Amino acid sequence: MFVLHEWALAEAVIAAALEVADKESLNRVTEVVLKVGELQGIELEILEFAFSQLKRGKLENAEFKTGMAKAEFQCRVCGHKWVLDKQKLDENVAEAIHFLPEIAHAYLRCPGCESPDFEVVEGRGIWLQTIRGVR
Amino acid sequence: MIDPRTSIIAERLKNIRNIVAVSSGKGGVGKSLVASTLAVALADNGYKVGLFDLDFTSPSTHLILGIENAHPREEKGIVPAEVHGIEYMSIIYYSGGSVTPLRGEDVSNALIELLSITRWGELDFLILDMPPGIGDATLDLLRLIKGIQFLIITTSSVLAFETVKNLARLLKSLRISVIGVVENMKMNHSNIVRSETEKLGLELLGEIPYDATIEKAIGDVGRLRRTVFASKVEEIRARIQ
Repeated sequence: MFVLHEWALAEAVIAAALEVADKESLNRVTEVVLKVGELQGIELEILEFAFSQLKRGKLENAEFKTGMAKAEFQCRVCGHKWVLDKQKLDENVAEAIHFLPEIAHAYLRCPGCESPDFEVVEGRGIWLQTIRGVR
Repeated sequence: MIDPRTSIIAERLKNIRNIVAVSSGKGGVGKSLVASTLAVALADNGYKVGLFDLDFTSPSTHLILGIENAHPREEKGIVPAEVHGIEYMSIIYYSGGSVTPLRGEDVSNALIELLSITRWGELDFLILDMPPGIGDATLDLLRLIKGIQFLIITTSSVLAFETVKNLARLLKSLRISVIGVVENMKMNHSNIVRSETEKLGLELLGEIPYDATIEKAIGDVGRLRRTVFASKVEEIRARIQ
């Protein structure tokens, strides 16, 4: 299971969390809270497994908490708002979006006016929300 | 909230000796042809080369190199497919050729995503085929890739060269290395581009005459290698090392 794309994102999270820990002069990190966007279809189990394998140094004993954010879109042309309906996504399209969420603009259209000019308001990628630790 | 992706980009690029952005101020000057042919020339000379098509809304290097059925491998990220001895990366793997209209913010996000998940091998050169101008992709690369170098492509047109001046001024003010300028599609014996390039303190690395045979070589790398265009790019390759 460790050969997947989630591994690359987990490495980025670890690198960013270590940077924050250094910047904030934390001796050890106790908790890292992440927000993961639904659009990218990241498998949380795989992500958590990657964290368990990758965490080191100041992050050795940190707990990683991941919350999922629903994918929401808003059309820039007609203003229509909608949420992702994963059931309607073709498997190949879902996989392409998994690797590169911006590819949504190649395959999705505003259900109101069919424009591809929409904004991913929420639920795009992976964000480091809070880090707790001991100085 | 912090976007963690930018923290891993330097790690992803650490085994690449030279990162060369093939750029221009304007579109239609032959950036993608130069970038693709330069990558082929470097690979033919035994260098380990990557080619990354960053013109996300109008990718074309896959057409120039005749890449149809290549796919990257998923292994702790994305491992580019090897084509004609080149590690090749393009949005085309995911768009499948569908129209992909992207605003600046989306271009930026796509660029950061691909830089953070792509696992390049040990490379002598990574050639970046840039979108025209000094927009989001250029600004992001300047922000994210330390030691990036630029190769600027122009035509003989005063309109194209005017935008070269702007790009060169920006890069100079940021102390970014410019390998040199290439004059493409040259149709006369004028030395204007040469003298103007020298005025900018830059080197004109090559003059590529207009090559009417190039269109028929698109998609056929064997034929591309035999063009006058490719022989001129090979001369430029020899000068940039």
